[in-house]
Amino acid sequence: MFPPLPNPTTQPVPPKFGDKDLLRRSATSITPPEKRQTEVAKLIDVSKCIGCKACQTACLEWNDLREEVGVNTGVYENPHDLTPASWTLMRYAEYENPQTGNLEWLIRKDGCMHCEDPGCLKACPAPGAIVQYSNGIVDFQKENCIGCGYCVKGCPFNIPRISKVDNKAYKCSLCSDRVAVGQGPACQKACPTQAIVFGTKDEMKKWADKRIADLKSRGFANAGLYDPPGVKGTHVMYVLHHADKPQLYSGLPNNPAISPIVELWKGMTRYAGFAAIGAFAAISVLHRVVAGRSVVSADDERNAKMLADKNMMKEKTP
Amino acid sequence: MTNSWTDIKNADVVWIMGGNAAEAHPCGFKWVTEAKAERGAKLMVVDPRFTRSAAVADHYSPIRPGTDIAFLSGVVNYLLSNDKIHKEYVRNYTNAAYIVKEGYAFNEGLFSGYNEANRSYDRSSWEYEIGPDGFAVRDLTLENPRSVYQLMKQHFSVYTPETVERITGSPKDKFLKVADWVASTATGDRAMTIMYALGWTQHSHGAQNIRTAAMIQLLCGNIGVPGGGINALRGHSNVQGITDIGTLTASLPGYLAMPTDSEPTLESHLGKRTFKPLQANQTSYWQNYRKFYVSFLKGMYGEKATKENEFGYNWLPKLDVAYDCLRMFETMYQGKTNGLICQGFNPLMSIAHTKKSIAGLSKLKFLVSIDPIETDTARFWENHGEYNDVDPAKIQTEVFMLPCASFAEEEGSLTNSSRCVSWKWAAAEPYHESWRDADFLADLFLRIRKLYEKDGGKGIEPLMAVDWSYKDPLHPHAEEVLKELNGKALVDLKDGEGKVTRAAGQQLASFAEMRDDGSTDGVQWIYTGVFGPNGNLAQRRDNSDPSGMNVYGSWGFAWPANRRILYNRASADPDGKPWSEAKKYVFWDGAKWTGADIPDYVPTLPPSRGAGPFIMNPEGVSRLFARGMMAEGPFPVHYEPFEAPVANPLFPKIKGNPVARVFKGDMEVFGTAKEFPIVATTYRLVEHFHYWTKGVHANAVIQPEFFVEISEELAREKGITRGGWVRVWSNRGAVKGKAVVTKRLKPLKIDGKTVHTVGMPLNYGFIGEAKKASPINTLTPPVGDANSQTPEFKAFLVDIEPISGPVA
Amino acid sequence: MKGGEVASGDAIHRGDPVIVDRYKVDARINHWLTAGSFVLLALSGLALFHPSLYFLTGLFGGGSWTRAIHPWLGTFLFIGYLGLFIRFWKYNLWTPTDGTWLAKLHVFLRGHEEDMPEVGRYNFAQKCVFWSMTAFILVMIGTGLVIWEQYFAAYTTVDQKRLAVLVHSMCAIVMICIVIVHVYGALWARGTLTAMLKGRVTGGWAWRHHRKWLRELATGKSDQTPRGTPAE
Repeated sequence: MFPPLPNPTTQPVPPKFGDKDLLRRSATSITPPEKRQTEVAKLIDVSKCIGCKACQTACLEWNDLREEVGVNTGVYENPHDLTPASWTLMRYAEYENPQTGNLEWLIRKDGCMHCEDPGCLKACPAPGAIVQYSNGIVDFQKENCIGCGYCVKGCPFNIPRISKVDNKAYKCSLCSDRVAVGQGPACQKACPTQAIVFGTKDEMKKWADKRIADLKSRGFANAGLYDPPGVKGTHVMYVLHHADKPQLYSGLPNNPAISPIVELWKGMTRYAGFAAIGAFAAISVLHRVVAGRSVVSADDERNAKMLADKNMMKEKTP
Repeated sequence: MTNSWTDIKNADVVWIMGGNAAEAHPCGFKWVTEAKAERGAKLMVVDPRFTRSAAVADHYSPIRPGTDIAFLSGVVNYLLSNDKIHKEYVRNYTNAAYIVKEGYAFNEGLFSGYNEANRSYDRSSWEYEIGPDGFAVRDLTLENPRSVYQLMKQHFSVYTPETVERITGSPKDKFLKVADWVASTATGDRAMTIMYALGWTQHSHGAQNIRTAAMIQLLCGNIGVPGGGINALRGHSNVQGITDIGTLTASLPGYLAMPTDSEPTLESHLGKRTFKPLQANQTSYWQNYRKFYVSFLKGMYGEKATKENEFGYNWLPKLDVAYDCLRMFETMYQGKTNGLICQGFNPLMSIAHTKKSIAGLSKLKFLVSIDPIETDTARFWENHGEYNDVDPAKIQTEVFMLPCASFAEEEGSLTNSSRCVSWKWAAAEPYHESWRDADFLADLFLRIRKLYEKDGGKGIEPLMAVDWSYKDPLHPHAEEVLKELNGKALVDLKDGEGKVTRAAGQQLASFAEMRDDGSTDGVQWIYTGVFGPNGNLAQRRDNSDPSGMNVYGSWGFAWPANRRILYNRASADPDGKPWSEAKKYVFWDGAKWTGADIPDYVPTLPPSRGAGPFIMNPEGVSRLFARGMMAEGPFPVHYEPFEAPVANPLFPKIKGNPVARVFKGDMEVFGTAKEFPIVATTYRLVEHFHYWTKGVHANAVIQPEFFVEISEELAREKGITRGGWVRVWSNRGAVKGKAVVTKRLKPLKIDGKTVHTVGMPLNYGFIGEAKKASPINTLTPPVGDANSQTPEFKAFLVDIEPISGPVA
Repeated sequence: MKGGEVASGDAIHRGDPVIVDRYKVDARINHWLTAGSFVLLALSGLALFHPSLYFLTGLFGGGSWTRAIHPWLGTFLFIGYLGLFIRFWKYNLWTPTDGTWLAKLHVFLRGHEEDMPEVGRYNFAQKCVFWSMTAFILVMIGTGLVIWEQYFAAYTTVDQKRLAVLVHSMCAIVMICIVIVHVYGALWARGTLTAMLKGRVTGGWAWRHHRKWLRELATGKSDQTPRGTPAE
């Protein structure tokens, strides 16, 4: 058993991290703190998950979210997708393993992965609407969010959702409020089978190794840790029986990275754009200096008068 | 549970069948994942559906609902015919060596003594041969053809892997893998736990399902050892507690028996149950039955219970028949019962054959619902379109709804599946005008007693005799009640030398202190010790585990006597040495029994005395041959459910369980395979807690609507689409729901015929936040297990069709 | 009767100098509303394009307002431009003279317009502005709808949205560049601004920059040069 985190004291405690610990702040250039806090991570062990949705409920309750009562659409997923009020969601995939002939019910808790290189933050145009703490947590700051939806486009995992009610972006905060006072996320606390554990990223990797060894001993030769390098690693990681095929788990990206389109948009386009605008302005100025203005001459006026007089007099004398 | 939740972590093989622990017991299931992760335990699941438990299992085998005995008997046969049993354990700790007396027979699916007319047995031939010394005759070589061992070999030989596949639909290779893994634990250094729940009990042969499983555990030597056991996972947080306290109509607190009308005197009742040993030197703990019984009577009637009046025995009601739920609704239906008080009970949802339930409730004069939430039962008279299509104008039942505090709003104890009594404190005051449960009962009791006092009446003596000496009679405190259950010395208790061992008025530390002369009281002997001289042990929250065997003996109080594993003396061999170092638990250290747990044995009785570890039985050993304890017979037999898609492949003439009770008129409500070719089963969803949480927003969010799970093959055959509406109907009614088309259900080949199974969750009704649905028991048959009368919810027949959607 | 280069409301007033009516008041309002919305769009768009310009959101009441207003401004511009398009599309059709004109572009850029072929209501460069704006506005409204989170989030995939936001920002840059040229052109050729401000230009301006238009206006007939599309 992973040693459970001790229960909190009833005394108020100062938060363990805050604005001084920002690694990144959207649309702002900041100097990161000299010393980084120990990186934290949530490890989701898919092979221990029974799909009970306690994490979903805990998330609703801790974050005081009120999701709508939906309908059944012929599957176990409810709601049917992440929403502004459902920051985490169990997804169920039925997979007939061609190698063993066995049915596998691959259940994955979906939600923010807290990327080390967060695409949402990169895409966000509003200063401080998305921050990354030096412990790795990527958090949305509602008061700075403008609801543009750029984070949706930036995210390689399709996680953020924009509320129709207040036009703000929402996603899992890794319970930054709980972590700040030494607790684990609500989902982890509620998980009955320790399919979700929380600790430092190093601890989680070590714990995952043990789990992977167990899975390999049970015939899952490709068991492994999902900590995708394309986003420089994540602070939510999965233990997968089929780490070679993440796609099996309801479309977990095989090789997630910030989309090159987003990189182009947030990179080259900006520089090229400003360069182009500057160039056009400069050329105009240059042209003005070199070529001078185009001025109507007295001759022009005279010619016009002649033309007008000639034709319009004709008109008047039919 | 014979063992405890935490003990599951000691298992090497975990077998879940007749239950879906991940779904219905997710918190307890953590000990399964722990056993897997920490010990490399293997998990196998046998279930009609590929369940959430199966999702994390190492092996899964499908099975047709209602054929568990055939599967389990197949395993028994595999163990016996391949000699993969724990021989020493079987020889010494079971009745395998006992000789069954002449006259016992088994023919064409029936045992000797069957009376077809009243659907019951004369059980007298199901007995041991008794020797001239008055003890049962044994043959420890196990070779006597009339020994239980040999009779078993013969009885189970028909359950070959091929037959198992023919009856259950479980593919032979998948069955054999299960059998092989079971056999791997018959070694003394490995153990298997079996976890089951209502998937075994809710059958017309439910008790025999469990019994067959227990036999497997005995053959493997897995009872009384850490990581072993036959473990019933209880549903409600306190359903173990209510069973212990005797809310079953045929039992009194602590599994003492309710007197029957053939037992007019105390002695006539006690005499039958104070079992003398059937083997030399056996403990036969039920010899103490009279001590527990008299202490119970003293607890009930206090000073009014005297030796002269048989301690008030005559004030106890005497049973003619068992008044279980199915009978309650039968008598309502017949108009013989005209008032019903439901306290924390929603029978409209939980009793089979909803149409009959509605008809029964409609004939009542009054219905009282004491509940924290509005129940479907309390609103049975209300029209909810097709979900509850009644005409309120025609129902004259007066309904009272009394709001009571929820579990979190009152102090008290809960007993979990591990038999562990844990105290809980109130987290909040009862909401608004709601009352605590006990206050309703106290008020009602005192008012009724007052009325009788004033006006008099017939047979009021029991009412007047009850000892109600609580500090505040209107508000009995939970601690007072727990103390009363525990019991105390009424006079100074002295030992043989005249020394006072327990002063008058002191709480008893153990049921061993109870006396049959009226000098002790104690309503529930098995709980004695929970509130002993050292206070309320249910409040203990010490999670230290000095032995490292996941015992946690200082957490709460587990009955009996704080034992965490029952029959734990069986974890050592006849000489008192552990069967293996790996399973060292309770053993003889040369002077006494010691180990990780409280020995379930006389602590100073040396192994040389040869007393068996199963101290409750007069034989001292466990029973592979059940004697007369089971209604269907001493060995399990595969009987089909009352509604089955095929005739019994072994005994085609027998329909259902030959001794199950069927009320007059109910035989006609069973459907036939011709009209209803599809097998249906019902189950709980992890997202909901029974019928309560459909009224809780968050639960309604994560699983909002009733559905019907069907295989892709059946969907194709019937033209049903995923998420489309379907109608499912049995011979008793119809329900409508969304189709969940899944690979997790597969058609099975049964006796050469393709049989489809559909599954439906039972959590939905017409009251609450979730989408409305017809109660699932609209479909289920009103027949119960022959021993416990638990209704057959898990296997019945239906048909299914796609529809365009309900109109309401 | 009017010629092919002459718009409704165009007229010559004799005098010294000759005054030529070029844009009616409704056309001017149309233009300036469109131009105004473009400026606001550019400002609000740039505010969200690069953090260094985020302060521009202050003009709109903050980030959320900027986010909310921008697409409505875009819708407004689209409708405005539609008006301009309906008014002017036919004067912006290709004529063979445009080819000759383009061949002598260097002469034009040096300011020697007297050496250029006579052009109608719009010269080739103006036509380029007109058509490129038309095309880009279509692209902008299309991609803009895709990324209009508030109302249209559900209709496209994230991949489509990503592409849309990239194209949207790239096209916006190009449009701003075109508008720079457009504005510079108007400032460079003295007397041009009055066309949009007061609706009229001097005869000399027309003679110098749009002689064919002036001729048609004066003679009341179109020259017989075939045009790309049938006459009205």
